[in-house]
Amino acid sequence: MKAPDFDYLRPANLDAALAMLAEHDGNAVPLAGGQSLMPMMNFRVAAPEVLIDLADVAELRGITRNGDHVRIGAMTRYVQLSKDPIILADVPLIGMALPHIAHDAIRNRGTIGGSLALADPAAEMPALMLALDAAIEVVGANGTRLIKADNFFLSYFETVLEKDELITAVVIPTASNTQSFGFCELTQRHGDYALAGVAVSRTDAKYRIAFFGVADRAVRVAALEDTVGDDLEKALAHLDEIEFTDDGKANAATRQRLAGVALTRALEEMTS
Amino acid sequence: MSRFVDIKLRVNGEDVSATVPSRLNLVDFLRNDLCLTGSHVGCEHGVCGACTVIVDGDSVRGCLMLAAQANRADITTIEGLADNGQSDALQAAFTNRNALQCGFCTPGMLASALGYIDGGGTADRDAIRKHISGNYCRCTGYQSIVDAICDVIEEART
Repeated sequence: MKAPDFDYLRPANLDAALAMLAEHDGNAVPLAGGQSLMPMMNFRVAAPEVLIDLADVAELRGITRNGDHVRIGAMTRYVQLSKDPIILADVPLIGMALPHIAHDAIRNRGTIGGSLALADPAAEMPALMLALDAAIEVVGANGTRLIKADNFFLSYFETVLEKDELITAVVIPTASNTQSFGFCELTQRHGDYALAGVAVSRTDAKYRIAFFGVADRAVRVAALEDTVGDDLEKALAHLDEIEFTDDGKANAATRQRLAGVALTRALEEMTS
Repeated sequence: MSRFVDIKLRVNGEDVSATVPSRLNLVDFLRNDLCLTGSHVGCEHGVCGACTVIVDGDSVRGCLMLAAQANRADITTIEGLADNGQSDALQAAFTNRNALQCGFCTPGMLASALGYIDGGGTADRDAIRKHISGNYCRCTGYQSIVDAICDVIEEART
């Protein structure tokens, strides 16, 4: 199907974009890469009155390293992440996950900020931000705020983002020598959405483990993270704390099993 | 208001300007307004890959991009790839290997495969399958398509 009709606006800078968002008071939707929003509109699951195309907003682009953090502009496309020397060196977990995100043609348009704002529970980016202890930089009428990824995602396609706010960037601690990373995603076909996936970062003996595709949002389980270093079997029992998705693709029991398989594989292939 | 958008772009080396409805997909613009019917419209939600075109050097789903977003872009469709000779070797290999039957997926398949070949991809069947996993073919079972892509890569090396 084709998308329903809407007004198309293309602000030249961040101030103009924010003014348009405020003016349309919840009826406008920002357009980033459009690789999820466009299909949702074509299916008519989404029918925004106004689209605000962020393509020309230069403030939302660029990847910079500032001391012990890497800042990634919200409109950075996956293809740019996959070729960026800062990302490959300082945020290797993103590099490990990128090949699993859909296909070339999607990665050429899809953006990191778009994925986070949408908060699809089966998407990789929210889980990566949780595992990396990233913060999401957001700007709105009331100024800028930095929100920990742990506090950003609420439920299916729902975040703490206010209707007049835009994601401007993500801020991620640079990887240190004491860290290692793992990633595994299980799908029916390469590039499909995850039936279950996991992103892992380990700092010394401390783990951050974020599952995706399994529940209403990307999730961490504290008891699992605390025990996984000593006893994987025991740690996997804590998967019970997740309320697993039960749908046509896989029932809850299957998803729980797949989450365990994904974690086991990710741990086996951790970077050293 | 802004339900129509003025765009200027370059398509297959020619400058184009048009006023388009904001909701118009890029692939519908290319097919219906510019009569470039080589790009096909399949699923209209980014899954089948039949509408794959090249935008500023990158392969893109023509159904997941608005014509309005293509303002100032440089677009190459399968017609452009064929005219400038870029797809010649691959087209010949597809013919030799019977890598198509109905041909509906072929323009998108060629555009995607060229991205793999030009990106320095090797004749690794698993890697090729992964790369074209975003392009559906309901006739061939992909075997002959992978054969054709491998042929082009191996011929270029010798």
